[in-house]
Amino acid sequence: MSAVAELLSLKDRVFEILSLVSDPEIPCVSVVDLGIVRDVRGQTVVITPTYTGCPATIAIEQDIRTALDRAGLSQVKIETTLSPPWTTDWISDEGRAKLQAYGVAPPLKGAAKHSLHETPAECPRCGSSHTEEISRFGSTPCKALHRCLDCREPFDRFKCH
Amino acid sequence: MADEENLFHHALRLGDDALILGQRLSEWCGHAPMLEVDLALANIGLDLLGQATHFLNLAGEIEGKARDADALAFHRDVLDFRNCLLVEQPNGDFAHTIARQFLFSNWQELLMKEIARAPEPRLSAIGAKAVKEIAYHAKFASEWVVRLGDGTDESRARMIAALDWMWRFVDELFDPKEGAPSLRAEWDARISRTLAEATLEVPKPRRGVLGGRAGHHSEYLGHLLTEMQFLQRAYPGATW
Repeated sequence: MSAVAELLSLKDRVFEILSLVSDPEIPCVSVVDLGIVRDVRGQTVVITPTYTGCPATIAIEQDIRTALDRAGLSQVKIETTLSPPWTTDWISDEGRAKLQAYGVAPPLKGAAKHSLHETPAECPRCGSSHTEEISRFGSTPCKALHRCLDCREPFDRFKCH
Repeated sequence: MADEENLFHHALRLGDDALILGQRLSEWCGHAPMLEVDLALANIGLDLLGQATHFLNLAGEIEGKARDADALAFHRDVLDFRNCLLVEQPNGDFAHTIARQFLFSNWQELLMKEIARAPEPRLSAIGAKAVKEIAYHAKFASEWVVRLGDGTDESRARMIAALDWMWRFVDELFDPKEGAPSLRAEWDARISRTLAEATLEVPKPRRGVLGGRAGHHSEYLGHLLTEMQFLQRAYPGATW
């Protein structure tokens, strides 16, 4: 195999391995679904934090390290980059579907620019958009608290960011 | 060399502002008037601590003396801190906490927008990331200023008293030497807009108190540090 082909296959392999690494706070989605894993350049995985102060960032890096080591890829390094800043637009369609099924209303696609003026969230349980925001700050930095005014269930919404 | 030193001090000021206000907000954890506010203040504090980590790590990297964010946060004494006086003011009642956050976050949002366009890539990367978070902080604090100002007689009186106390620390943010004087007009416009909505008047100009950027702090900072740095003072170099 040529050197270029080898690097390509390493990239695929790394993405495959990391697509099985769950987010520590929202275990239904992987770090790849969330867009935390940005790229594989040569022998280095490039990751980016969601929020600067998210305590899960450290756990995520450790989980990625463990997964790479277990797959025999201990030579692959991890590099953290802040730029360009993470946005919820990087959450994959698959990730959005998983969040919805888990009970977390996914962020609107392409809505990151309008994060402070969001349209009503869709209740992940009954599908109604007759909902209200209870608090813009929730149990983790990435989520806000909402309530469905039809089925009356409270739920989390992934903030557009 | 001079450029490097300026950049070090710039990053240190930004990091210290975020660190000290983050620590102050963490004091509310478990004590806020209601659960949603408790979560919000803790979340804002956490964002600020995250920003502080990035800015202080950068300062340490530029300095080149093997000091990282933890070393700068836990192994400096009060005279070496370069935060503005506003952020070290005690939480007081809820109105004081909101007044401090309102004045600071509106300033910090404008500042980070500018820093996001800075030519130094390590600095601009942190600014671009932080500005998205700070927009939430500014909105949260502004909404509470309106709620308290245009609320009951009691909440209104407390909001007025809190703004009156915090207002003396505003000039330092725009100090021509180490502040951001060019942001004053836009900041004033934002603040007046929200205060008008809150049916409050802009506090009367008063002689500003300065000194934080030179390490001349109020007595409150020392007390804050004794708590924040306790573990590293009692068990130097402890890790877990």
